[in-house]
Amino acid sequence: MSRFKDTDMQAVIGWILRVGVLLSMSIIFIGGLIYLYRHGQATANYHTFKGIPDFVHSAPGIINGIITLRGQAIIQAGIILLIATPVIRVVFSAIGFVLEKDYLYTGITLLVLLIIFASMLSGHAG
Amino acid sequence: MMSVIVLTLIIFIGSYFAGLLGSLTGLGGGFVIIPLLTLLLHVDIHYAIGASLVSVIATSSGSAAAYVKEGITNIRLGMFLEIATTAGAMVGALIAVYIPTSFIAVIFGIILITSAVMSLRKKAEQIVLEKNKLAETLKLNSSYPTANGTVAYSVKNVGGGFFMMLFAGIISGLLGIGSGALKVLAMDTVMRIPFKVSTTTSNFMIGVTAAASAVVYLQRGYIDPGLSMPVAIGVLLGALSGSKILVHTSSSGWLRWIFAIVVTFLASQMIYNGFMGKI
Repeated sequence: MSRFKDTDMQAVIGWILRVGVLLSMSIIFIGGLIYLYRHGQATANYHTFKGIPDFVHSAPGIINGIITLRGQAIIQAGIILLIATPVIRVVFSAIGFVLEKDYLYTGITLLVLLIIFASMLSGHAG
Repeated sequence: MMSVIVLTLIIFIGSYFAGLLGSLTGLGGGFVIIPLLTLLLHVDIHYAIGASLVSVIATSSGSAAAYVKEGITNIRLGMFLEIATTAGAMVGALIAVYIPTSFIAVIFGIILITSAVMSLRKKAEQIVLEKNKLAETLKLNSSYPTANGTVAYSVKNVGGGFFMMLFAGIISGLLGIGSGALKVLAMDTVMRIPFKVSTTTSNFMIGVTAAASAVVYLQRGYIDPGLSMPVAIGVLLGALSGSKILVHTSSSGWLRWIFAIVVTFLASQMIYNGFMGKI
């Protein structure tokens, strides 16, 4: 196998981003159709902040909502996949830098992942 | 009171045009979508920021996919500066909870005007070849393909650029925008990178930056699926149309002026409503 190069990494990163966006947006679209079909006639109120419904606020709730075909749960799953897409890109960059034996950038990339992870935890604590 | 379907359609159409304008001017869709949601449709600004962040991730990831393959994006520079933007975004999202919404609206207006003014600047391609110790250690100097072959360039003032990125990250996390204009400013005027490289690398970083604050907003319940759905789909489709139009028109100079006027109007409305405590 030939050595892993920057151009290979560019190809992999481009592919991940494209597939991630296509997949997540398709899921959001399908969830949206179900949501509008079931709740289209309800009145919308986003005027005052009251968080989001409980069943889209936790992983078990979302999974349960997907199984029971609840539109908002499917949309939220798509949104989470969309948010994960650039993070997955960073994970693959880290692997790429290891393959290139560029340990300085492996470290830098892991630091970025660590910050995102810390952000996730801090959001949970608040 | 509006029905879900009517509101969704209005938001979808508005988001499409926000994405279109954002793409044509390079300012991003968030700049139009947040005033649209808050001023016109009276959506709580936290929901608006959450929905805008989702659309920012969609558009920047979608276009970054294309740019990365062309080899213009400086991946190492992007990775290095992402340390600053993600850390800033985390801080921005955390303090957003404690800052009054009216204050967020005023900051939004100020950043919006600044970005619009900066987008009107004349852009000349600059190539710096001066050697910089830190840039060499970090392997930031690179080259990119142009019509006249591959051009090598060096990066200046790494520390200053890093600091600017920290600020760009905070603004992105606080306001739910990509803050691409601030990122380009840091790379363009501080680090002296060729314009094509700075715009594509900025775009490359926006998705990760937005994701770092989106994980906070997601858990705080700011990202509402019913609202984010038409915003994300609309802005992405608008941005796609925008990139198609850009290929076919050589100059978008007049468009930038129209956008600058629209943006100044929206920004002053945000600031006014913020001061009046209506947001």
